[in-house]
Amino acid sequence: MTRRTRQAVYRTCWILALSAVAIPFVFPFLWMISSGFKSANEIFGQPNLIPSVWHWENFAEIFRYQPFARQYFNSIYIAIVVTLLVLVFSSLAGYALARIRFAGSALLMLFLLSALMVPEEVTIIPNFFLFKWLGLMDTHVPLIVLPVFGSHGIMATFLMRQYFLALPKEIEEAATMDGLSRFGIWMRIALPMSRPALAAVAIITFLFSWNLFLEPLVFVNSLNLFTLPLALSNFTDPYGLPLWHLQLAATSLAVIPILLVYIIAQRQIIESFAMSGVKG
Amino acid sequence: MTTHAAGRQPVRGFRAPRLSLKYRAAIEGWLFVSPMLAGFVIFFVGPLVGVALYSLTKWNLLTQQSTFIGLANYADALTKNPDFWLVIRNTAIFAAGLVPLNMALALCLALALARPRFGAVFFRTVFFAPVVTSAVAWAIVWKFLLQGQGGAINELLATIGIAGPNWLREPNWAMAAVIVTRVLKMVGLNMILYIAALQAVPRDYEEAARLEGASSWQIFRMVTWPLLGPTTLVIMVITTIGSFKVFDHIYLMTGGGPENGTLVLAFYIYQQAFKFFDVGYASALAMIMFVMVFILTLLQLFLARRNSK
Repeated sequence: MTRRTRQAVYRTCWILALSAVAIPFVFPFLWMISSGFKSANEIFGQPNLIPSVWHWENFAEIFRYQPFARQYFNSIYIAIVVTLLVLVFSSLAGYALARIRFAGSALLMLFLLSALMVPEEVTIIPNFFLFKWLGLMDTHVPLIVLPVFGSHGIMATFLMRQYFLALPKEIEEAATMDGLSRFGIWMRIALPMSRPALAAVAIITFLFSWNLFLEPLVFVNSLNLFTLPLALSNFTDPYGLPLWHLQLAATSLAVIPILLVYIIAQRQIIESFAMSGVKG
Repeated sequence: MTTHAAGRQPVRGFRAPRLSLKYRAAIEGWLFVSPMLAGFVIFFVGPLVGVALYSLTKWNLLTQQSTFIGLANYADALTKNPDFWLVIRNTAIFAAGLVPLNMALALCLALALARPRFGAVFFRTVFFAPVVTSAVAWAIVWKFLLQGQGGAINELLATIGIAGPNWLREPNWAMAAVIVTRVLKMVGLNMILYIAALQAVPRDYEEAARLEGASSWQIFRMVTWPLLGPTTLVIMVITTIGSFKVFDHIYLMTGGGPENGTLVLAFYIYQQAFKFFDVGYASALAMIMFVMVFILTLLQLFLARRNSK
């Protein structure tokens, strides 16, 4: 064998091995999409990846079964609001912690850092009573407020702080000389220079909100107020058994747009998660 | 105020006295953090204090009565309630299965994909895809695939002559299934962290070792693996904490069953608080979870400090 053929053989083996490992990562997506097109009967027959008849009407049925369009919209708008709030608040706080030397900032850092140790499951019980007392049960307010001010928001704050720390100080100092206020520096100089960090925070926050499940489950009861994860878990017959063909069709509708964006922007998205580092 | 009468400079007198820089920085600093801090105190610190107080009461949501009972909820959990130790055992098994499997797979994938090779970006994208997918969607699809009768996994096993078990209905298989599907969901994240760490390893080290005649395994064992130490530590703690927090996956795939075989702590807390409305007991459980996570984090900080010395 020449060197070149040996390399080709080696490369083929490598690709084959990785493809084998990739099967359990790809197969669920393919099976989800194909099963969404099957009839309730075909779904548990012979395992065919290609449906014998394509039941497009499943997708219409989803919207009759529950207010799916409304629920889809809820997820989108909540994720956008949460993302915007996290961007503003975390970059403000992160900027102060990185750049302004003020009394108590070291203690404050420690205080905020400790939040990263507390899972949502711990604080959700008192929050339940807090929102009940505020008369905000069965609204979207908790789904917006809790991710922003919980450990996710704090994680974003530290990510922003880390990024601000690495920016060159000189530009900001020059701007101070020119009479720009702190707020002006934050808005006109620090923020425009930290686009990569802002993008990373936006991406992980949007996905965090989009995928949130425990909070909607606890705080929301009305079908009209459901978000997607809750809606997906709700395709059941009167006995509580899953209506698989509808559930999988709806899951496809929820997952595919995110996957498409992911495939287009995979580098940026993966980097965002690597930057945050502390999620899991 | 004295200059006010001087006529020529009327404005001066109404100006606030010039703040010292230090004072001004303090105001600016606290103003900048105040929106985040206010929300954090109300929706995070407050509730944390709240859950500690609740845990000292007997509070049933249905009867709307709450009485102070000291540490009785903790005593209940630790000594009386047989479910509690089952839950701790399940949580430990889940973590003990998930963490090593996740980390080993993540490291193997990272080693295979860290260097720019043909197809590396493609496979990285594939292995990371479940991370951006919602846990609910992932759990729904796997529950479907793992159906005992007619599920795709068992149908595929049948074609090679294996009769698969009813995965999610037998306690041990259910635990195994939940662990493996969760690893598939989350392994991409650790893979990325390992890839980032591997790419930071200077190539010179490996090349020097290779020139000395070291084998690939020796290079990994003696050069790469020690350099990955800090990353491995961080990943281990994050993954362990993550495994304590797993909720949606369990809720959707098994509902804690069968026979409480997959009843883990996060799910148990939810169940006690929002299904059985036993707020005091659930709060005590939440405090126990908090302490577990807290100790782990301190352990990480301690080990990280010792490593860096």
